[in-house]
Amino acid sequence: MSPERTAFQRLAREQLPWLYVLARRLAGPRAEDIVQETLVKAYQGFDDLRDLEAAPGWFRTILVNCARDWFRRDSSGPDETPLDEVPDHSLYRTIADEDPLPYSDSVHVDFLHSFHEEDVWAVLDRVKPMYRVPLVLVHMEGMDVADVARMLGAPKNTVLSWLHRGRKHFEKELWEYAEERDLLKAKMESPS
Amino acid sequence: MIDCTEAVRQLWAYLEREVDPVERKRIEEHLALCRRCCGEMEFADEMRRFMARRPEVEIPPGLMTRMEQLIHDLEVNGTP
Repeated sequence: MSPERTAFQRLAREQLPWLYVLARRLAGPRAEDIVQETLVKAYQGFDDLRDLEAAPGWFRTILVNCARDWFRRDSSGPDETPLDEVPDHSLYRTIADEDPLPYSDSVHVDFLHSFHEEDVWAVLDRVKPMYRVPLVLVHMEGMDVADVARMLGAPKNTVLSWLHRGRKHFEKELWEYAEERDLLKAKMESPS
Repeated sequence: MIDCTEAVRQLWAYLEREVDPVERKRIEEHLALCRRCCGEMEFADEMRRFMARRPEVEIPPGLMTRMEQLIHDLEVNGTP
């Protein structure tokens, strides 16, 4: 086997756990398919990778693009709603108005603490993929907006507007999920 | 001065220091006078911590083996 191919095997094995974690955050139950597609594309393009030190970022970029391709194939297309027409939903105001935990002194914080890990996954999966990708990269992976913009090939202001919409969607879905699943009722019955 | 809608729209970018100095000043002027938007900002900061708490991911059993096989097939056949 050539030294290049040996290097690919080694790097792919090293990156595999991180790639799966990112894929799970981006694509939920479709994670393994996306990792598989990423490995195939990385293998086919490995000769283009000049600096092996850059391999983690290179694999990650391929994976994000595979995930976005997957979402495009899987959806009816991007939401082009102008920013000004994004529903003016404020979770902060909704919680204050509805007061779902009347005995709480810190109702907003306690509302967020009502969500277990599996609830967060479920809510994240309900956010439109084109918004979920920047949300995960910036708020869960801790990437800079400028780096995400480079990775997605989009202007920084566009990424900021995706983030704004994504957070609105995420907040709206948090509230609806909590209502559907009676999370707040359960919290009131067994305060922790 | 900017209104609440505009201030709220920019709160996260403000918290992440992604707004320019002029906008930053306009937002701070608004926050100095608007109690509701201060609450929105504190909640936005709490939401950032909530999202950064990201759920743990368990690697499914057999994933490494299946991917090792994929890499092997790529080496041998050039395709999965």
